[in-house]
Amino acid sequence: MTATLAPPSAPVTPAPRKARRRTKTGKAGPVTYSLLALFALVSVFPLYWTVVAGSHTNAEIAATPPPFLPNATLFENIDAALEQAPLGLAILNSVIVSGAITVGTVLFCTLAGFAFAKLRFRGNGLLLSLVVGTMMVPTQLAVIPLFMMIAELQWVDQLQAVVLPTLVSAFGVFFMRQYLVSALPDELLEAGRVDGASTHRIFFSIVLPVARPAMAVLAMLTFLTAWNEFFWPIIALTAANPTVQVAIANLGSGYVPQRAVIMAGTLLGTLPVLVVFGVLGKQIVGGIMAGAVKG
Amino acid sequence: MTLADDSLRTALPVAVPEPVAPPPVDTAAPRRRRARLSENRWGYAYVAPFFLVFGAFSLFPFVFTLWISLHETRLSDIGGGTFVGLDNYAALLGNAYFWNALRNTVTIGVLATVPQLCLALGLAHLLHYKLRGRTFFRVVMLMPYATSIAAATLVFATLFGRDYGLINTGLEAVGLDRIDWESGSLTSQVAIAVIVTWRWTGYNALIYLAAMQSIPDELYEAAEMDGASRWRQFLHVTIPSLRPTILFTVVVSTIGAVQLFGEPLLFAGNGSTTGGARNQYQTLGLLMYQQGWSNFNIGQAATTAWAMFLIILLVVGLAALAGRLRARRTGGTP
Repeated sequence: MTATLAPPSAPVTPAPRKARRRTKTGKAGPVTYSLLALFALVSVFPLYWTVVAGSHTNAEIAATPPPFLPNATLFENIDAALEQAPLGLAILNSVIVSGAITVGTVLFCTLAGFAFAKLRFRGNGLLLSLVVGTMMVPTQLAVIPLFMMIAELQWVDQLQAVVLPTLVSAFGVFFMRQYLVSALPDELLEAGRVDGASTHRIFFSIVLPVARPAMAVLAMLTFLTAWNEFFWPIIALTAANPTVQVAIANLGSGYVPQRAVIMAGTLLGTLPVLVVFGVLGKQIVGGIMAGAVKG
Repeated sequence: MTLADDSLRTALPVAVPEPVAPPPVDTAAPRRRRARLSENRWGYAYVAPFFLVFGAFSLFPFVFTLWISLHETRLSDIGGGTFVGLDNYAALLGNAYFWNALRNTVTIGVLATVPQLCLALGLAHLLHYKLRGRTFFRVVMLMPYATSIAAATLVFATLFGRDYGLINTGLEAVGLDRIDWESGSLTSQVAIAVIVTWRWTGYNALIYLAAMQSIPDELYEAAEMDGASRWRQFLHVTIPSLRPTILFTVVVSTIGAVQLFGEPLLFAGNGSTTGGARNQYQTLGLLMYQQGWSNFNIGQAATTAWAMFLIILLVVGLAALAGRLRARRTGGTP
């Protein structure tokens, strides 16, 4: 059992390429395809239902049989949702917040991951254990002092209150470290050293190019997580200057919540990340599988 | 705040061999050790930016929360407060809402984790066949993971709606009674567990799939020669080989379940922190938020947060113990 990422050649498109078990895995029959189609349907249906429920009034949606197609009312409801919550601002805010968090996490975690993987300094092992150990700590344990801090700094409702605490991640450091331990040959570093390159030179000309595939995976996962982050933003921000998740959550808290409008707003807030997922889905799947167990 | 549910779940490489143990930092072979860049003080410079942010916004808050939990502190008097020792902890243990939330958290946790991981295992098995449209299926199964908790909960709240929900329409169509999902204890907890299961099954399936692909062919060949059926191969080759991965996903799912917050907050659709009229689906995470940001009792909220952490430590400890005992009994790596 090793807990490392795939070798540098294939971190984004992992094991399946190797086709090791192809001979032993049977060909999928009709039963397999039917079951998979069922799983796929269940995965997609709630998202599709957002569109349908966003196009119909309560009475229409409760009819038997219920409507299964969206219609143009959806756009009216989207307009209504935009009036109830600043969804445009929310999407912009989420892009800024998630983008900043992604850049910070990838940068800082690559630096630290490299140091933990390849540089020897006192306390190296202890510090890494500390980082890894904190991954078990629940978010709840941090939010009270964080709230005190942003209240003190008068950052409530400001984007930096959401960006700064999430700017690095323990997972990111461990992820980059694990990748670089196996992907970066010591001989390469030694060669650089023999040529008289400084540590920084080595980092920029040798480490970064090798680390790029893992950085891309970390960037995608971080962006997705940051976009969907809910607990801390709902404490740090209000409906006046929300991220997408805060705005969506507030759609439902009106006195007379209109279900169709809530669904239309939810759709609008989810669409950007689904589009990104449609484009990069294959890479994200590969990244998650590459990060998983290698026997 | 590096520990959001999601980022933790993504933290797979961490615990593969041994969920709680720190990574094998010192296992580098002596040869490699010598080959490393020799003593390098620049190491500190490279980890410094990370630790500056991490220390200020993660490590320090963790510890400071403990300090706050020993005080009577209101949200309005955030810097002040009186030292009360373990009073908050005593109050928590005598608080019926705490026990209710703990019970709900455990019930929802079991209802969400067990079916989720079983389904994920089955799905991984299906995905492991030689498939047309392999990538398509994998991406589709991961779409719920890309959907945020807020969006998923609002959609499911619509589906589970009493009067207009599709699920009740379906129940009625087959001659059953409508169910008031939100107001019942078990029904609301089942519904919330369904949301969690929907979001995470595909993700865990991919983890299992990756592990399945690394099981050596020879194991299956040997089983086949012994005349084992496909089902027996699944039971006696696949499952044992996946054991460390399964243990790990159990631990990670449990840590996520203990922190459950967004789903119960938004399930009624009005952002109420009570978790239903009778607190029937108030979880520990929601209780902690209610104590701090609805009742402004920061000291008590900090205490609940620490209780949650202790519960996680307990679960992880038990899992580590289970893994170790198992390894000893089978006389080697599990």
